[in-house]
Amino acid sequence: MKLSVLVNEGPYQHQSADSAIQFTKAALAKGHEVFRVFFYHDGVNNGTSYAVPPQDDRNITQEWTSLAKEHDLDLVVCIAAAQRRGILDENESKRQGKDGFNIAEGFRISGLGQLIEAGIQSDRLVIFGD
Amino acid sequence: MPMLHTVNKSPFERRTLDTALRHAVKGAAILLIEDGVYAAFDGTVVADKVKAALSDHKIYVLGPDVSARGMSEHHVIDGINVVDYGGFVDLVTEYDKVQSWL
Repeated sequence: MKLSVLVNEGPYQHQSADSAIQFTKAALAKGHEVFRVFFYHDGVNNGTSYAVPPQDDRNITQEWTSLAKEHDLDLVVCIAAAQRRGILDENESKRQGKDGFNIAEGFRISGLGQLIEAGIQSDRLVIFGD
Repeated sequence: MPMLHTVNKSPFERRTLDTALRHAVKGAAILLIEDGVYAAFDGTVVADKVKAALSDHKIYVLGPDVSARGMSEHHVIDGINVVDYGGFVDLVTEYDKVQSWL
């Protein structure tokens, strides 16, 4: 079955960021197609490469990056939510005159249309958040 | 199959379980995850309400989230099914739609 996941919460709020990645891993393990994972609201904080959690702490961003590599996942970060929270890709960084960019490997920044499309194209959309 | 409703907040913190139960039609399923698993334990002030809901709904609870809170399947109300993440995925595919009460 074709599934999409919406993540509305960052890695350091409650548990939803963890639930989302565990669910996605389980869906892939069962042979389902994950059409897209969309990060919205504080969920965009899952996609910053500038976060440096302690070595003995789980690193959700890195987990998403390797999962995306392994399964060719489409990890999309909402652009408006990302800009508010200081998450930029190279183009946006230049456009806004910033010094650097921090979108993590395997993630891309795009618009809400990508969420709507995921809802239309997928058999199920599962939402994780606060 | 009707809808799967997921509840991720404790019934002692928010009203989402009540809202889910009010909206769920007969035959719809409830899956308790994250702090929502507290609704699955026997002996609490909401246990009677949850037991009553079992006559209209299948109720599931996410096992890893139960153990993450130092509880075990022995604390879970009889009739509530404990599932793992794979079981969560199966429920999502078995039911027609998923409503996440946040």
